[in-house]
Amino acid sequence: MTDIWSGLTQAFWLLATLDADLVEITLRSLKVTLSALAVASLIAFPLAALISVRRFRLRRFTISVLNALMGLPPVVVGLVVYVLLSRSGPFGVLGLLFTPTAMIIAQVIIVVPLIASIAHQSLRELWSDYHDLLISMNTTKRQRIQTLLWDGRRALLTAALAGFGRAIGEVGAIMIVGGNIDHATRVLTTAIALETGKGDFALALGLGFVLIAMALFVNLMIHWLSHTESEGRW
Amino acid sequence: MTMFPLIAKGATVRRRGKVLVGPVDLTLGQTGTTMVIGPNGAGKTTLLKLLHCIERMNGGTLDWACPVAEAQQRQAFVFQTPVMLRRNVRDNIAYPLLLTKTPRAEARARAEDWAGRVGLGDAVMRPAHLLSGGERQKLALARALIRAPEVLFLDEPCASLDGRATREIEEILLGVAARGTRIIMSTHNMGQAQRLGSEVIFVLGGRIHEYSPAQDFFAEPQTEQARAFLRGDIVE
Repeated sequence: MTDIWSGLTQAFWLLATLDADLVEITLRSLKVTLSALAVASLIAFPLAALISVRRFRLRRFTISVLNALMGLPPVVVGLVVYVLLSRSGPFGVLGLLFTPTAMIIAQVIIVVPLIASIAHQSLRELWSDYHDLLISMNTTKRQRIQTLLWDGRRALLTAALAGFGRAIGEVGAIMIVGGNIDHATRVLTTAIALETGKGDFALALGLGFVLIAMALFVNLMIHWLSHTESEGRW
Repeated sequence: MTMFPLIAKGATVRRRGKVLVGPVDLTLGQTGTTMVIGPNGAGKTTLLKLLHCIERMNGGTLDWACPVAEAQQRQAFVFQTPVMLRRNVRDNIAYPLLLTKTPRAEARARAEDWAGRVGLGDAVMRPAHLLSGGERQKLALARALIRAPEVLFLDEPCASLDGRATREIEEILLGVAARGTRIIMSTHNMGQAQRLGSEVIFVLGGRIHEYSPAQDFFAEPQTEQARAFLRGDIVE
């Protein structure tokens, strides 16, 4: 209980004094996560729409694989990305290991299946509503996908938020590929892991509260900006 | 290039080994309003979709006087349960124009004009899902008509609407027909078929039992099934 209280106090002071390290770590967390989310959404949304409107031989199998990949172990993803980006790996020449870019790559791999699966559930229902109309209007596949993505944007936002939640709280993969290097790749989750390992529970808890507050703030901002719950909107 | 005549020869729709419609032999001319009538499950909707080229044909031929791709661009379909895009009324109506790369401002202006014509002028900015059943059907009609189709298919557009909404829809359809749009429409409402139709297709068990001028059909049906249907008997 004492730890939680002193964690709260420490979190308050860190925020109140705008601690330079905290600000740096928090901004890096946001930058890495939002970048990963943007890239993952660009891949996952069209993929989900394509699977919804297109009938192909291995469609069911593809959906099952996508759903199964939602539970992809981050540590394994981190390990694979590490091997690929390490100096002796196929992409070693790029020199990306232990950089924020490597962390973004790992997070993208982790959240794409999650966002695509959730988005697919919504877009599939939307497609079943729209199917006859869009077919009768002689739309192209591209127009169907565009229509679904636009009209399903609020459901897609929910999928993106789920991806954000998963990415912002991720520690295993980014610890491996980022290395938790101070002033370079340290983010909130890896900093929490470090402080816990050092036995500084109060600071770890303080950072944890900041992380939760940031996740809540971003979610609330997105809901507010998109008027998700406004009357008469979808 | 004219679209008509539309000639169907032995056109058949089969699903899981069962014939839903066909074989259909039919020649539709350039003018008039064709009412497709018959009991539930007779195949009216499937027949309309077949003629509209959105139902996969398993046998026979269906030939428009122009290429099929062109014919598809020159027709529209209004479904029994109108599909509302998750947009407001104006953007729902403008949607077909946006598909053809009409500038957004022009598409919206024309959509507002059409909304006014069908009596939805005050509701252009309302989300479409908040409309009543009759208003939804009007929206679907405006959306179908905004590209000035030469052929309009309607699948029981007044089903589950009250008398007033039905009359409003019929007035719109009469205006559309007067401007030369070819209407092919299914209905359960015999009064409506008589008010709007110039010819009748009577469908039963997926086959066309009678195709004749509306006046002749209602005065003197040629088949026993049609007579029974008009008497209100249960026909299968």
